[in-house]
Amino acid sequence: MRNTFAATLLEEAKKDNRIILLTGDLGFSAFENFMRELPKQYLNAGVAEQNMTGVAAGLAMEGYKPVIYSIVPFVTMRNFEQIRNDICYQNLNVKIVGVGAGFSYGPYGHTHHSLEDIGILRTLPDMTIIAPGDPTEVHLATRAMLTTNTPVYFRLGKAGEKILYNKEPRFRIGKGIILQDGSDATIVATSTLVSRALEAAALLAKKSCSVRVISMHTIKPIDAPLILESAKKTHAVITLEDHSIIGGLGSAVSEVLAESSLGTPFQRMGVPDRFTEKIGLQEYMHDQNGLSVHLIASAVIKLLFQRKPT
Amino acid sequence: MSIGQLKKIAIEIRKQILMMSFRAQSAHTGGALSCVEILVALYFRVMRVFPKDPSNDNRDRLIFSKAHDAKALYAVLSQRGFFDRRVLDGYEMDSGLLAGHSTRNVSFGIEASAGSLGHGLAMAAGVALAGKQRRKQWKVYAILSDGECDEGSTWEAVLFARQHKLDNLIAVVDYNKLQGFGYTKNVLDLEPFAEKWEAFGWEAREVDGHNFTQLVDAFTSVPFTKGNPSVIIAHTIKGRGGVAKHVNQISSQYKPPTEDEYKEVMEILDRGS
Repeated sequence: MRNTFAATLLEEAKKDNRIILLTGDLGFSAFENFMRELPKQYLNAGVAEQNMTGVAAGLAMEGYKPVIYSIVPFVTMRNFEQIRNDICYQNLNVKIVGVGAGFSYGPYGHTHHSLEDIGILRTLPDMTIIAPGDPTEVHLATRAMLTTNTPVYFRLGKAGEKILYNKEPRFRIGKGIILQDGSDATIVATSTLVSRALEAAALLAKKSCSVRVISMHTIKPIDAPLILESAKKTHAVITLEDHSIIGGLGSAVSEVLAESSLGTPFQRMGVPDRFTEKIGLQEYMHDQNGLSVHLIASAVIKLLFQRKPT
Repeated sequence: MSIGQLKKIAIEIRKQILMMSFRAQSAHTGGALSCVEILVALYFRVMRVFPKDPSNDNRDRLIFSKAHDAKALYAVLSQRGFFDRRVLDGYEMDSGLLAGHSTRNVSFGIEASAGSLGHGLAMAAGVALAGKQRRKQWKVYAILSDGECDEGSTWEAVLFARQHKLDNLIAVVDYNKLQGFGYTKNVLDLEPFAEKWEAFGWEAREVDGHNFTQLVDAFTSVPFTKGNPSVIIAHTIKGRGGVAKHVNQISSQYKPPTEDEYKEVMEILDRGS
């Protein structure tokens, strides 16, 4: 995802010299081309994320389109107040790009895990949150993001994510994508777990269970019409995310469902509310946090058994 | 504008500040009073501004980072013609347009929202960087409190501005030696203060922040060295020209004038003008 982002950003920045990339001293083997080809639009702001965020706000006040980049916790939490006051409160055109969604940096330990970012940023007015599910979505979402003129948080995985599309889907910010349709249950997934949602659906298909899989690449604004339509059309809804069970996609979807009168059986699947003591690669960390393909599939089955008799 | 005229305006600004403080019974009067001469010198003598065309691209920009003292900025902007004096009546009042901490409103001459300390210098550096990239001649002034030099983010911006040779950026520290709940020397001593900025590659000059001659001389000499950002450390007195018992006291940060105090201090200011 990271390299796709870097390539697409470079493409777009060549067309618009108001785009300025600021990095918090990261981007090895990602931004070298950008540095070389557009040195006037590139700036390493150093390991000083609060300043980088304020500088970006200042640049945006003067009509530039700054993109700030670092690992998720450093570019969303260290500088949270600058995001709140300098960017969102002034509704400035700054794009905040965090690399390392969920457990992308799994072996590095908890300081580098990204499990609370969506929850805290979702509370900020004027903020759009995009968490693409594969490199195709990253490419389309990067282009879409750069056409907006308001704050965006863009949550990237790191490397090695599977490509989930045979051809480019229609991508619109705020509109989820139905990756495959089904009639029994819906899995609403985001970020690095969209691929597992598809695997779980394939497993369920073998048991004659038909599952709709949605890539909810935009968490804010959440695609309420698609959620409600899915809750009506299928008999159960599950959310799946590489984020704390508190505050992320599951919370956003449950807010929509709870305020409807549908009563569709619903379950959130995400990272439990605890500091994980384990470390390991992304797939291992997902398994260790109850997010294996098998557990996702069995959660769907259990939920279908809960549905009200008709 | 002559020094004598600037002095007269400063008295008027102090009256407006005390009026806002009294009407809203608001805090943060001492730090507003300590930066009066700094703002008056800038807006009435030094800066290029266009009150009737406030977003004119050729204007000098001022980021008021010590935004808790916004009533000083409001009084000066109003006096300079950016908005009607009656707007000041809404300071910190229900449905008023002027919050205790200033909110970005370029048509009023307010360039940035601030209020949490340690944000303004970074934003000013971003604006200054944009000016450099676009080869503009305008300057960017960042007005800081001494208290916000406790913030690490201020020093991040200090590093950044020097790295990028932002000699169109001028930081002004209202060094009144008092912060929220103590004297700076007893909380986090900033001394040797000018040397710290210089060690970070800035050019520093210390002035009496209530002396127009010194302020104007410093402001018209920037950048002190081409290629380097400049800092003017303005030695000031918190609460200067306000209620006597709060001058240079922590109480000046919190206590608005009582009715008797208000009448008395306004009479004293009137005699001065």
